[in-house]
Amino acid sequence: MTSTDTGTRSSRARKSGWLQAYGVYLAVVVLLAFNLLFTANFLSGANFRTQLLQAAPVCIVALGMALVIGTEGVDLSVGAVMALSAALIPLYLGYGVFLSILMALAAGLVAGLFNGFLVAYIGIQPIVATLALLVGGRGLALVIAEGRLVEVRNPEFLALGNDDLFGIPVSVLVAAVLSVVVGLLVRRTTFGRRLVAIGGNRSASTLAGLPVKPVLLGVYALCGVFAAVAGVLATARLGASDPADTGMLMELSAITAVVVGGTPLTGGRVRVLGTVMGAVLMQLVHATLIKHDLPDSTAQMVQAAIIVVAVYAARERSSR
Amino acid sequence: MTAPTSLVPPTDSAPEMAARTRRELMAGVLQRQGAAIVLVVMVAIAWLSYPHFGTADNLRELALQSSFLAVIALGMTFVIISGGIDLSVGSVYALGGVLAAYGSQWGFVVALLLPLAVCGLIGLINGLLVAKTGMAPFIVTLASLLFARGLLLAITQEGATTYKIAPDSDFLALGRGTFLGLGIPVYVALILCVAGSVLLKQTRFGQSVFATGGAESSALLMGLPVARTKVSVYTMSGLLAGFAGAMTAAYLQSGVTVIGIGLELDAISVVVIGGTLLVGGAGTILGTVIGVLLRNVIQNIINQIGTLDSNFQSVVSGAFLLVVVVIQRFLARARK
Amino acid sequence: MDSNSVLEVIGVSKEFGGIKALDDVTFALRAGEVHGLVGENGAGKSTLIKVLTGVYQPDGGELRQLGEPVAFGTPVQAQAAGISTIYQEVNLVPLLTIAGNVFLGREPRTRFGLIDRPRMNAMAADLLAGYGITGDVRRPLGSLGVGAQQMVALARAVSVDARVVIMDEPTSSLEPREVETLLAVIGRLKAQGIAVVYVSHRMDELYRICDRVTVLRDGKLVHTGDLAGLDRIELVSLMLGRDISDIRAHGATSFGEDSHAEKEPLLRAENLSSPHRLSEVSVTIRPGEVVGLAGLLGSGRSETARAIIGALPLSGGTVLLGGKPVRAGNIASAMRAGISMLAEDRKADGIIPNLSVRENIVLAALPRLSRFGVVSRSKQDKIVDTFVKRLRIKASSPDQKVAELSGGNQQKVLLARWLCMEPRILLLDEPTRGIDVGAKAEVQALIDELAADGLGVLLISSEMEELIDGADRVVVLREGAVVGELAGDQVTEGNVLAAIAAVGERNSDD
Repeated sequence: MTSTDTGTRSSRARKSGWLQAYGVYLAVVVLLAFNLLFTANFLSGANFRTQLLQAAPVCIVALGMALVIGTEGVDLSVGAVMALSAALIPLYLGYGVFLSILMALAAGLVAGLFNGFLVAYIGIQPIVATLALLVGGRGLALVIAEGRLVEVRNPEFLALGNDDLFGIPVSVLVAAVLSVVVGLLVRRTTFGRRLVAIGGNRSASTLAGLPVKPVLLGVYALCGVFAAVAGVLATARLGASDPADTGMLMELSAITAVVVGGTPLTGGRVRVLGTVMGAVLMQLVHATLIKHDLPDSTAQMVQAAIIVVAVYAARERSSR
Repeated sequence: MTAPTSLVPPTDSAPEMAARTRRELMAGVLQRQGAAIVLVVMVAIAWLSYPHFGTADNLRELALQSSFLAVIALGMTFVIISGGIDLSVGSVYALGGVLAAYGSQWGFVVALLLPLAVCGLIGLINGLLVAKTGMAPFIVTLASLLFARGLLLAITQEGATTYKIAPDSDFLALGRGTFLGLGIPVYVALILCVAGSVLLKQTRFGQSVFATGGAESSALLMGLPVARTKVSVYTMSGLLAGFAGAMTAAYLQSGVTVIGIGLELDAISVVVIGGTLLVGGAGTILGTVIGVLLRNVIQNIINQIGTLDSNFQSVVSGAFLLVVVVIQRFLARARK
Repeated sequence: MDSNSVLEVIGVSKEFGGIKALDDVTFALRAGEVHGLVGENGAGKSTLIKVLTGVYQPDGGELRQLGEPVAFGTPVQAQAAGISTIYQEVNLVPLLTIAGNVFLGREPRTRFGLIDRPRMNAMAADLLAGYGITGDVRRPLGSLGVGAQQMVALARAVSVDARVVIMDEPTSSLEPREVETLLAVIGRLKAQGIAVVYVSHRMDELYRICDRVTVLRDGKLVHTGDLAGLDRIELVSLMLGRDISDIRAHGATSFGEDSHAEKEPLLRAENLSSPHRLSEVSVTIRPGEVVGLAGLLGSGRSETARAIIGALPLSGGTVLLGGKPVRAGNIASAMRAGISMLAEDRKADGIIPNLSVRENIVLAALPRLSRFGVVSRSKQDKIVDTFVKRLRIKASSPDQKVAELSGGNQQKVLLARWLCMEPRILLLDEPTRGIDVGAKAEVQALIDELAADGLGVLLISSEMEELIDGADRVVVLREGAVVGELAGDQVTEGNVLAAIAAVGERNSDD
């Protein structure tokens, strides 16, 4: 077959590529401008704080999800993992805040390793592999919590969800730190470079001697841990462990943030800043709709439309 | 001259490939039989251990409860065999129920047609997006899930309104009517499943579905209407989910807004447990029905036990799904 | 125009991204003839077939059927016009039944519109019996061996009232017995007046059954006519674009002894076996030596290289580097020991398209360039600079996406990747495939340089002259086994071809 080298991409492809990569920033700016002009009280410090606080858990989960999607995978179980971590917290709070957080994170780690094992070593498709935890994980969490919502009163723990550190809410700080960490991970570490290569061309990576299976295992493990972190923060913010509701549909929000932020579902590229912006954008969309008295239903439908548009725009680029 | 090439696989000619396909089919058969065996065992255990289990009342109730999921899973079976997945059925199901209840004020016909029209439309859009744009089914249907749920909220004042069906409405018969002691939904589900099975195994369309899921590129080269097939299966899935929702509304006498959450996962679980390969290309309706029965028998047993958390159901489902998928994977292992 | 022609291609051109896959090709297909279509990889055969079958539409020129202009917008239209195809890979549905596959899309139906299975099965059994296939047609297709599956594909292709059957490398995965059956079937098709386009590089088969032949090279038609008056050497020279006298002269001037014979082997691959792929293949490579692997498609050349690097699971055999065994089936071990492989398909198995030149180069060497998991920018940049310069990689910057480079430069990036690993043995699978002449020469010069530096090189190439010119020794493979080894002045095109064709010693003037 004659080599069909892509010497120069057509300008249309270039334009849609730009849109996919940077469209999210544009959208954020537009929305911010819109809100500044048309939404009362948007410019207040309290409002910014609320927006960031609400965006933080999605951002954290999306960071983990972005890593998984970068390997051409997906993790549908993140919401269930959040519920699991929420369920575990009250059980260990008696032994101290630190231990309960540790156990919650451990649960996320185990869940992630479980998913990663199925994907990397058994070779099950990621959708299918993470489906099992999606189906059973929340149920498991509810069984652990005996179906109840448990109020959490530990002031130290609650501080995580509601207090500030250096003037910034803790969860926002955590999200910011994790964003930096993931950014560095992807760009500067062998693990990160390998994961991107694996998503870009699995067979080439195998032939290049990369440890594909361990990397995939690690990626899913990280995603699980990140989901657990979000679960801890959400519980702290809520002031209660609510496994029935915590993280419900989070997988959808996280995937949306990642895709809208410019990371292709086909893998090979992780846009960390884009993912953060994606989470911010989704939050802004939601807030804009709410503040203009548009109901939840509309917000959901708008979100659905955004996902479709973002994924549609993304897939156009990879036609070869 | 030339010796005839017998169809008995020659021992030195690519037994790997032969073994692989045999294994894949074995996976389906084994699972279906495996599921059937587990079903029989479960029923036997339940019959012997819990006196209430074997009563006519309980069995009737079991059949009735199974029929709603069976209709949804029927559509899901087609989608999965075609190589796709439909995560929106839970929301579409709930939407169907609300629309049916809402439409019942104008009589039976509207109560039935409104959910079918809207849910069928959603299915159609799913199918078009998957077939024409090449977007991954899971993300398209995940977006529909959200959209359908949003639509549901929109028409019920953010979930506040639960439309009730008038007690004298003849639409109720669809859900609450009985014939020879069994609920109407059971008959409806049976008829649909039999029709579905015939459609799958005995029509060109059915063959297309198998081919699309089993070897899409080959199907395209053979000139099969792959895109049309995909659009059809998703539309069917939407229609069936909507119809199941309508039946449920008739049964519950109202359009409950909070049902169906996570139902798509149940549907996927029962289809896979019943022997349909999640990667597509092989499956049966009978297997799905067995899967539905198995799931509901287990739920029934959990209820009989009484002391077990009902959330256990989804844990068991998840575990079952996991085991089955791993087995499917191992049996299909020898790929080049 | 040919009054006998059942299908004609007139002045057809097809371009992809500025590269002409087909350039003004004209030829005619006659009823009841077997027409060979030959050419090297990249000559345009696949593209031509896709134009004939409606997968592609020509940019220029036209198609004519029985004298009337036709246009096929989709494969279905071509099929409806009586043009059927069977492909190298069986394009059927393994999980469906044999009968189901034969009639897929056109299943016979009962009065009620349902598939009439008994009739379908009976019809299929009848049809397949005519192809020498007997047995239960209700079994899944995938339970048959590849050869039988290919026959089913052929039966299907013909049963759609075909008037033209195109066969694209149909025998590449067939056992000799099955090849005989196929050729017999083709004979019957001829008798029925059906035209057959036979795409193959297997000389024996071509000369056995083809009446006429069309040769493509670089998208252009270089010859079309009867096969009878064309001897094999002439045909090969047309395919390669080599002057016959060139080939003969070359054969005569390859002097020189095997100067490496004295040294201790660096790599010893012994009795490599993998079911249906390799059968007790042994290759040794001495330091500074270039060993060529010759053979046709499917002879096991790539598999041998993959086996050495650990990418192919082995049922038997060992690999020793410098006397020390290398762990089988483990790529990382092989690489650590000092073996590197350039894969055959750089798009599928080589480049990470969306990553930069820099990232592609350092991919395999990452552990050496990082501490505690963090990659050292400076080390990375230094190594990238070194190789970009040494290999003269043309890119706007090391950050350019590798997918944007030309084939030749992509190949150089991949070579750089492997050279970063400081290998002792370099396995090169089609290193100059699909790259421009200039880059080709550079790569070939590089290979010589590396050998001179003491590396052992395994060279796989489908281009005979590249192999003959570049290799010190040539190992010839056929059907997964070593059938000959040539060294020094024995390394001539004629000898290699003869070994491949296993027709005994040949003179270059046939």
